[in-house]
Order: sequence, then structure tokens, then C-alpha cells
Amino acid sequence: MLENKLKGVSSSNSSKFLSRHIGLSSKDQDYLLKVLGYSDLQDFIASVVPPDILDPFPPMDSLLEECSESEALENLHSIGNENLLRRSLIGLGYYGTETPAVIQRNILEDPAWYTAYTPYQAEISQGRLEALFNFQTLISELTGLPIANASLLDEATAAAEAMALSFSVVKKPHATRFLVDEDVLPQTLSVLQTRAEPLGICVEVEAPNTFQFDDEVFGVLLQLPGSSGKLWDPSNCILKSHAVGALVTTAIDPLAQVLLAPVGELSVDIAIGSMQRFGVPMGFGGPHAAFFATREAFKRQMPGRIVGQSVDAEGNTALRLALQTREQHIRRDKATSNICTAQVLLAVISSFYAVYHGPHGLKQIAHRVIYFRAKLEQCLVQLGYKLSAKVCFDTVEVLCDNATKVHKLAALKGFNFRVLPIGSSVEDATGFGIAFDELTTENEFDKIHEILAKSIEQSYQKLPAFDSKLESLFPGIPLRKKPWLQQGVFHGHQSETELIRYMKRLSTKDFTLVNGMIPLGSCTMKLNASAELLPISWKQFSSLHPFVPQQQSLGYQKLVSDLETWLAFLTGFAGVSLQPNAGSQGEFAGLLIIRAWHKYRGEMDRNVCLIPTSAHGTNPASAVMAGFKVVAIQCDLEGNVDLNDLEKKAVEYSSRLAALMITYPSTHGVFESKVRDACEIVHNHGGQVYLDGANLNAQVGLCRPGKYGADVCHLNLHKTFCIPHGGGGPGIGPVAVASHLCPFLPGHPLSHCGGNQAIGPVSAAPFGSAGILPISWMYLRMMGVEGLRQASSIAMLSANYIAHRLNPFYPVLFKGLNGLVGHECILDLRSMKRKAGIDVEDIAKRLMDYGFHAPTVSWPVAGTLMVEPTESESLGELDRFCDAMISIRQEIEAIELNRSDLKDNPLKQAPHTLSTVTADNWERSYSRTQAAFPLPNLRQNKYWPAVSRIDNAFGDRNLVCSCAPLEDWLDN
Amino acid sequence: MDFNFPANFRFADSHEYAVLEDDCVRIGISAFAVDQLGDIVFVDLPEVGTALTRGSSFGSVESVKAVEDMFSPLTGEVVERNESVLASPEALQNNPHEGGWLLRVKPNDASQLNDLMDSETYSSKVAAT
Repeated sequence: MLENKLKGVSSSNSSKFLSRHIGLSSKDQDYLLKVLGYSDLQDFIASVVPPDILDPFPPMDSLLEECSESEALENLHSIGNENLLRRSLIGLGYYGTETPAVIQRNILEDPAWYTAYTPYQAEISQGRLEALFNFQTLISELTGLPIANASLLDEATAAAEAMALSFSVVKKPHATRFLVDEDVLPQTLSVLQTRAEPLGICVEVEAPNTFQFDDEVFGVLLQLPGSSGKLWDPSNCILKSHAVGALVTTAIDPLAQVLLAPVGELSVDIAIGSMQRFGVPMGFGGPHAAFFATREAFKRQMPGRIVGQSVDAEGNTALRLALQTREQHIRRDKATSNICTAQVLLAVISSFYAVYHGPHGLKQIAHRVIYFRAKLEQCLVQLGYKLSAKVCFDTVEVLCDNATKVHKLAALKGFNFRVLPIGSSVEDATGFGIAFDELTTENEFDKIHEILAKSIEQSYQKLPAFDSKLESLFPGIPLRKKPWLQQGVFHGHQSETELIRYMKRLSTKDFTLVNGMIPLGSCTMKLNASAELLPISWKQFSSLHPFVPQQQSLGYQKLVSDLETWLAFLTGFAGVSLQPNAGSQGEFAGLLIIRAWHKYRGEMDRNVCLIPTSAHGTNPASAVMAGFKVVAIQCDLEGNVDLNDLEKKAVEYSSRLAALMITYPSTHGVFESKVRDACEIVHNHGGQVYLDGANLNAQVGLCRPGKYGADVCHLNLHKTFCIPHGGGGPGIGPVAVASHLCPFLPGHPLSHCGGNQAIGPVSAAPFGSAGILPISWMYLRMMGVEGLRQASSIAMLSANYIAHRLNPFYPVLFKGLNGLVGHECILDLRSMKRKAGIDVEDIAKRLMDYGFHAPTVSWPVAGTLMVEPTESESLGELDRFCDAMISIRQEIEAIELNRSDLKDNPLKQAPHTLSTVTADNWERSYSRTQAAFPLPNLRQNKYWPAVSRIDNAFGDRNLVCSCAPLEDWLDN
Repeated sequence: MDFNFPANFRFADSHEYAVLEDDCVRIGISAFAVDQLGDIVFVDLPEVGTALTRGSSFGSVESVKAVEDMFSPLTGEVVERNESVLASPEALQNNPHEGGWLLRVKPNDASQLNDLMDSETYSSKVAAT
């Protein structure tokens, strides 16, 4: 009888993922609903989300039903197998490299590294801050420039940032020309053009020795080595640039810089590049850390995060994010860059690659690469091929009549050579290029030799011996002479045992999701499940070069297509681009799309962008980058966008109105009921509505921006869709658009992505950080639509529970329908400043003693905390947080009632380190127990901050952003 | 918090002060502004000889968490700037009205100072914030 089924046994052989992702059990959900006074989850949701926004999603068969981890992994594995594994020697910014196993296992695959947030709470982030400090030191040493940041998104956008910095520093009204080396990477040129146009900058591409210098030139970009591999002496060009007051930027190769004299010695102003070949897999284009280094004079204009040294309250050295006033979250529309999330985890990996190899190991790798390049040159000459350039680094380009044959023979042996001209098909090839890398071996070289011999129908002949000394391999090019990378960290961890212990020492200093909840409002620090992370290390995804022939990347094409379809469905839009590799880049792309649409309709005058004062700093920064003028919209007393002010300004700027940028639910955590009206006002005046999707975690499966009036939105896959925050990157910020905007989705010179009236690329790679797309694919595949709806609902249930428990102690600032908040709530702490002299900072630091990372401090409202628990936290953890906050409130009350001193109290003195609490001397007015164990459960589970409160002013007044080399110490 | 605003100082809405000393006007930012900013880490000032226009930005002041433009309370020419504040921003923070002055300006029209608030009016305005 087929009806016989064992009761209680599930039909599939493994459990569903949903219950692993959601932190609240059914019983706990029921309890929370009861506390809040709702009969069930649907009843609750109907009360939170305005009825005209709540969306009855259509039946969906393209988004699959929820499934188990193993099913999803199997499914993705089959997709991965459609990617063909070949040996790509294409170069063009992407190279084979070996990720040392110890780094893969203990950094990339360790949640203690990848679930970390951006290190704003420096006292609990000393581990990754040190790894980033090592990164900055490495970059300074490689480039010979003293000021380096903690990564940018990719080489192409780093070049655009250099262009923007040069433009803002030179600032002569008629100086709008930016001269670019014709040997630049093609994707860099395209991104430069995309970024230059809205700012009125004219990008001119020429051979550097024919650059036309005059005082209209504000900057110059040189690629050294060139895309062709060519090396040359830029001294003359640099002199001429400086003579007209223009800044010089060099795009360099870090492996080449291991051997060559640092560009800083040539008086360049800025050096940029990618650290991909320092141990990070190509990943079909990303993610990789880019670097940016410059002279002391420009430190206040440099984009991105900078790690600086300071001291803590006990006088110990401590690290922190320095000079934050450069960044968008403070400067907003006056920021020169909109960058927020960068590529921290990848920067950490590259810095450990240098720690692993040390300067000697790096030199060996570089020397081998050029040895093979030189050997190839010998080989080509012997076979009668004509070499293009005189001196090269790792790449050789050859023009020849039998190019197509060479490529076909190479393909038969499993190689992809570079096709010349770049972007052409094999059939139309006029030449080939070969770029060697760390993975090249004698065996591999012999195969290449065979291919080339066969291509002219010769038999393989032994090559004569040649001088493989460095100087002979680089005639006329100045080599690095002084010892470099002498800092102890690059020498002291050569055994794996030492290295693992160093890695663990660092990671244990950091408070991450493996320690406890990180309830940062608008950051959505939810579970980054192991099953989601596993596939990124599979060779089928990690080893692909972004510019392989299309037929080799069918797996990625399927992955991209699935994600684009699912994300479009979830947002109610028609088209998606996965190219932008951070929310800020998604915003920029979305605004450019709007701009392109207005231009297409002949309405170029539309250049005004309305932005609420409560918006995230990236919004106005991105708007300025897209060539818009920012006009602020006020918020009313309830924290909602003031519709009267919006109407007034829409009328005032009517013929010039390009767009409104809104966040929904608002940055105040509220489902503003009048959002449709706001969209309508803007549409009535000919503008488009851009929706910042940072708060999508309240919406997925419940409502869709495309259905309540938005025209374009961006998503943050590193928030809502489980890509781990990595300490400040990698991220992905896809842009989703309504059908009328689909033609303008960004394209790429070396790929078929984008619409038929595509705007230029905003990232170096066609699909941005493709290598981490599997993470979000896995999440969506395992959750299914129902699961996603549950996740959003529970995220809001948890946030309202916290608001409910804490409201008597810390008033919740803004509420929506039925007195409910969305997925986050803002706690008002301003009265504590007045009555007890306690700042929000003090509470954030005291939370560290209680074993928590603080919620978002003083944004979007100064003097508040914004709390977002997410759906992944258990009731126990929610209660532990509330208990901590309530206990802190009592500590504050003691100050208000004069029972505690205004200065000598546990909040002002927080955080308390193990060292402080166990010191022989304890002269404080409160006990050690109160300092370190204010609640009894801390005795079972105590996280110790590594340092005491850090002196921020000292750190900004005395910027130290890299470790001085040993010889400096010895000199002093 | 109680601030002491010198009686002979004049103040702008944007918290800069101006005081006529001999035939030059000494300008800076008020103790209230400094308190609002928090720990000051950097000050950006124009070169000697720069022409200033009333109401236009002449530089900026940065703390750890904020950066603010400073607006000239009068039209004139910069004849001296306080190098010690550039070297040590703490000097501005510790003594904004005296040792932490920012610029000495030769005014085109000294009567422009009459358009600014007097010390008492400014004091009331700040207390109401």
C-alpha cells in the first residue's frame, strides 16, 4: 500500500534550511506575537506594512520551493560543472595565483574573519585592523608612497578615484583634460569614461610620448607595465606633467613592483592597482582588493578607509579608522568619493600572502615569472615570430598571420591565450599574447613551446641557454635596490604553526557573529551560512578568468541568469545588473541610468536630485558623482519625508527634476504610509524614483519597490542576501530597473552584458564580484519565496520585540502604523546626555563589556542607537541584549541620582580590558565585578576587548598609517 | 554649559566672531562652535594676501566626527593667519577667543561688523539651542 508512510519522517533525506537560518523557534515566535498582542505572523505583518504596499506575490514557479542544503549544493555543483576549467594566460589584470592553503582555511573560510563588520568599534576590532595595517604597510613598501588606504573596489574604479582626486586638488576652472596612456587596461579606460562624463572631464587616450601638455590638463594616468606588458621610463612624462601642474597617477602591477624601483621614487603623485595576484583567485572577475597610495600632501583627499595608529586610555598602542571626515558618511554631497564598503577580506588575504611569502618568497615568484617571459621571447625569436615590445614584465604580445591557428592549437591543449586585437574573436585574430603568472611551470612552458612550434609546423627544438639574471631580463629599467618589507610581521611567521597562531591571535581580538549579535541598524548582520559559503572555493567558480571565451563560462551565465531573474521578481522590476560591486556603486549606476534615460528623451536639463536629510551619506555622494545637483528634502517631526517640502521642491525644480532618492522603509526604520504619494509627486514632475534598497530585509517577499512607485533600486547582497560583511567588503550592489530603463543597464567592452543602449561599465569586471554570487544563489535557492517572506516577517517581529522591551527605558524615536517599527528601531538616548553627561559613545563602549557589538551609533539621528537584530537571532540572544541595555540604563540612573560619579563610572571608563580589571591597583569608585561582569551570565561567556577606549583625536592629529621599516627604528 | 563671550566681540549666525583691534579685524570661531565640534583635529586656512568676501567660505575646521566650512563675517584681505593653530589644532579648541584666533583681516568697510550680533544677543541665541 503506497499510503504507508512512517509518521513524523520527512520525505527527503535532509532537513530544510529555513529553520537553520531563522533564529526563533515556532514556540518563540508565538511567544513574541503574544507579547506584542498579535494572533499570528500574518496578522502582525498586516499591521506593520501599509495595506496599499503589502503585495500579494503572484504564484512563482521560477523561484523554486525551499530545499535542503545538500540539494542546493548538488544543484549548484551541476551548474558549476558547465564552467570549463582551462589554463588562461590572458592577463589584462587577472592572473593565476596560488592561495596558500593556510590562508584559505584560516581566513577566507573562517567565520571569525568573514562575519566581521567594518571596524568602526575599534576596541573590538584590533585583529582585522592590524591585518589591514599590514596591508597598508605592504602597499607603502611596494609603491614607495607613504599614505595608503585599506582597499578600494577594483583597479578601474581606483583609477577613477585617482582622476577625481586629481580633479579636485588641481581645481582650475578650465582644467578638464585627463590624459590616459593608450596601453591602459581596456576595462579601466571604459570605467574612466563612465565616471568622467558626468563631471565634465574630457578623457584623452594617447601614447604618453605624444601627450599634449598645457594648463588644461589636470591629471595623467600611466599603466606600468602596460596592458601589452611593456615597461618604459616615465620620468620625462612625469616632469612635463608636473610642469603644467597636473598630477601623475600610475596604475601598477604589485608583482612587478616586487622587482622594480618603487614608483614613489619617480615622483608620481598616486599609485593604484589590484592585489588579485597576491593570493586571491580570479573568480570570473572578483572580488579583489584594489589599492591606492599617495603622497602626504593628499592624505585628506584620499578616498576609502584608512587604518591609523593611536593610543588607548591606558597608553597602549591601538588601531582605528582614521580621518573619517574624508568619507561620505560625514561629507555627504561634499565627499569626493561615494565609497563605503570596500574589499577588506581580500585585502586581509593579500596582506597574509605577503606575510606568508615574505620579501624573499615574493621576489622568487616574480623572478620566475619573468624568467619564463624571457624564455618565451627566446622561443618566439627562434621560431621566427616578431615580438612587439622591447622590454616587458610578464606578458609577450605577437602579431602574426597564423594567429587563428595558434589560438586553436592552444585551445586543444587547454590554454586560453590573449586574442589580439583585444575583444576580437579567434577567427578575426591578428595576433596573440601570453601572460605568465605564479602558476607557470617548466612543464607548462614546454607545452606552450610545442604549441608554438606546431603552429609553424616545426618540430620542438631545445632552446639555447640564456642569462636569467634579473638585470639582464630588464635592460634599462631601474630595479629595486634597497631592502624592503623589513617589518617583523613579514619575517616572523614563516612556519605554518607560527602563522596559524598569529592569525588566531588576531581573530580572537575581534567581536564577530561567532561571538554574539551585531544589531547594527541598516547593516542586516544575519546568518552567513556555511552551505552558502562552501561553493566559492570550488575551482569551477574560483578559477575562471573574466575574459574567457563565452562557451567556457556557461555555468556562470546560468548563475547570473538565475539571480537576475529571482532578484527582478522579488523587487517587482524587469531587469537587473549584477555588475556594481557595492551598494554605493549600485546607486551610482542607477542614477546614471536615470540620467541616460532623460538624455534619451531629450531632457538633458534635468539635473536636480532630491534627497531626504535622513538619507545614507552615499546617496548625496553618488548623486554628485552622477552629475546631479543635490537638493535636500526635510523630514517631519515623525521622521518621515515631509511631503509638503517634497511637493514644494518638486514644483520649484519641476523642469529640472531628474530624480528622488528614497530609502524604504525609511532610514528611521518606518514603513512610511505615504510612499506612493511621494513617488507620484515626482512622476508628475517628470522625475524618476530611485529606491535605496539597504532596508530590503523588511520587504523581501512582502512588498516590491517596482509595484509601489520606484523606477530603479539597488540591493545589497552583503546585507539582505547573506554575503558576509568581511570586515568591510566584499559586497555586491546590483541595480534593478523597470522595463523602460532596461536598455540602459551597464555594459562592458569585453562582454555581452547590459542593455542595447547601455551606459558604460561601473566595475572592472562585467559581472563585478562574480566569485561570490554563489553565496546569494544558495540563500535564495534554499529559502524559496515562502522562506524569504518568513525571514522578513521574523526580522520585523524581533525588532518590535526589542522596541517593546526597551521602550520603557529608552524611548523608541519613530514608529509607524499601529505604533510598530519595521526591521529596525531607533532608541533615543539624548536625555541621558543632559541628565547624566552620558554620550551614545559611552553606551556603545559599555556594551562591549556586556559582550555586544553596539548598534548603529548616531545615525541617522545624532544621539541615538539604531537596532536591527535580523531574523537569525534567537530569543535568548534578543533577551540578553535587552537585559544588557536595561542594566546599562540602571547604571546611567545611578549617575543621574548622584550615586555614581560623573566621570569615574563604568560607562565613561568603558571598555574594560582583562589587563585593567586584573591589575594590582584598582582605585575606581565601582568594583572590578561591576566593570567586567555586570551581569552574572557573563561569567560563563566573556568576550574581552583587546584595548581600552581609544583616543580618536590623537589618532587624527598624528596620522600613522603604516609600520615604519626596521631601519628607521635602528636609525633612531 | 556656560560660555563666556567677550563683550567687545561680534558674532555671525554661523558662529564665527569678529573683533576690531586697531585697524584690523581678528576673526575666529566661537567657544560654542568649538564645543559642538568636539575634539578638533585639523584647520584649513587661506594664505596671507587672500581676498575674503562676506558670507563666503574661507576654510574649514575638522573634528573627529564632523567637518564644517567657516564663513567670512566681512569683506577684506587676509594680513595674518595663526600658524600655531595650523600646527596644533588643540590651540583652537583650548582657547578659541584668544590664543586660538584664526585670521587677521584688513577690512574694506569696518562698519560691516555692526551687522553682526553683539555678545549678549549671541549668548541668548546659543542658550536657546
